[in-house]
Amino acid sequence: MELEAAKMIGAGLAAISLAGAGVGIGIIFGNYLSGAMRNPSAAQKQFPNLLLGFALAEATGLFGLVVALIILFAF
Amino acid sequence: MATNPMHQFSVHRIGPEIKISGIDFSFTNASLFMFISAVTIFVFLLLGTNEKKLIPGKIQLIAEMFYNFIAKMISDTAGSKAKPYFPFIFTLFVFVLFCNMIGMLPYSFTVTSHIIVTLLLAIFIFIAITVIGFMKHGLGYLKLFVPSGVPTLLLPLITVIEIISYLSRPVSLSVRLFANMMAGHTMLKVFGGFVISLGLLGGWLPLSFSVALTGLEILVAFLQAYVFAILTCIYLNDALNLHH
Repeated sequence: MELEAAKMIGAGLAAISLAGAGVGIGIIFGNYLSGAMRNPSAAQKQFPNLLLGFALAEATGLFGLVVALIILFAF
Repeated sequence: MATNPMHQFSVHRIGPEIKISGIDFSFTNASLFMFISAVTIFVFLLLGTNEKKLIPGKIQLIAEMFYNFIAKMISDTAGSKAKPYFPFIFTLFVFVLFCNMIGMLPYSFTVTSHIIVTLLLAIFIFIAITVIGFMKHGLGYLKLFVPSGVPTLLLPLITVIEIISYLSRPVSLSVRLFANMMAGHTMLKVFGGFVISLGLLGGWLPLSFSVALTGLEILVAFLQAYVFAILTCIYLNDALNLHH
């Protein structure tokens, strides 16, 4: 296989990390909603934690993007 | 060249070339936008604290909101011992926020979408917090790597994992901010390119996507500045109040 083609395939494979980020964000928002439905008075207090968890989960998917960019441009 | 979504991240020189012993110190568009953010923050806070009224005006109200927001965040996450570090965390948050927000303006440059900027901030935080930890607790700070209540058999493994996770903090902190900003801006430009290539007939769909994405990006710009500041607070909490 040529190096250029292998690079493209590798960069594409790195996009699989988005699946994990998607699952993580889904779990965070789903659990927040079910918790907020059970106890709405406590929901507002946990909203910053929700945003923090969202940002942390989203970032792990973006690490995959960084891997893809390193494969494409750094080698 | 304008259709390349990566073109927006290119750094180019503005004005004369300045070289001191082989290192390029020239003024670039990155330094220009960093300067613009710093000046904006300065003017904004100067106007906000200019006339200290009992009933605040609009700008004073926003400045007070910033202050209260950060003060509450620090006392919630790092406790009262972290009070002396308020100016540093406030500066960090406001600088990252303004860099992100000024980057959202069309034809501007996002300073935080370059890893060198975020990595420098993160390494500075990492070194500062390590020094603070050793100053407060002496060699007892190393207890951070040995959590209590772990079976003796697992202890070597856990300690190695703790040390690796501690050392990877600056990398994860900087890559998180950089990747979020870069991915968001690339996505905006890709959709902008779709609008041009689909033309008058089909371009409306990506245009509406682009508008929605801009809203998301403004949220992300705020959120990432918040996460950057709150993680600094959490690391500071580790250094000030040794829990293990």
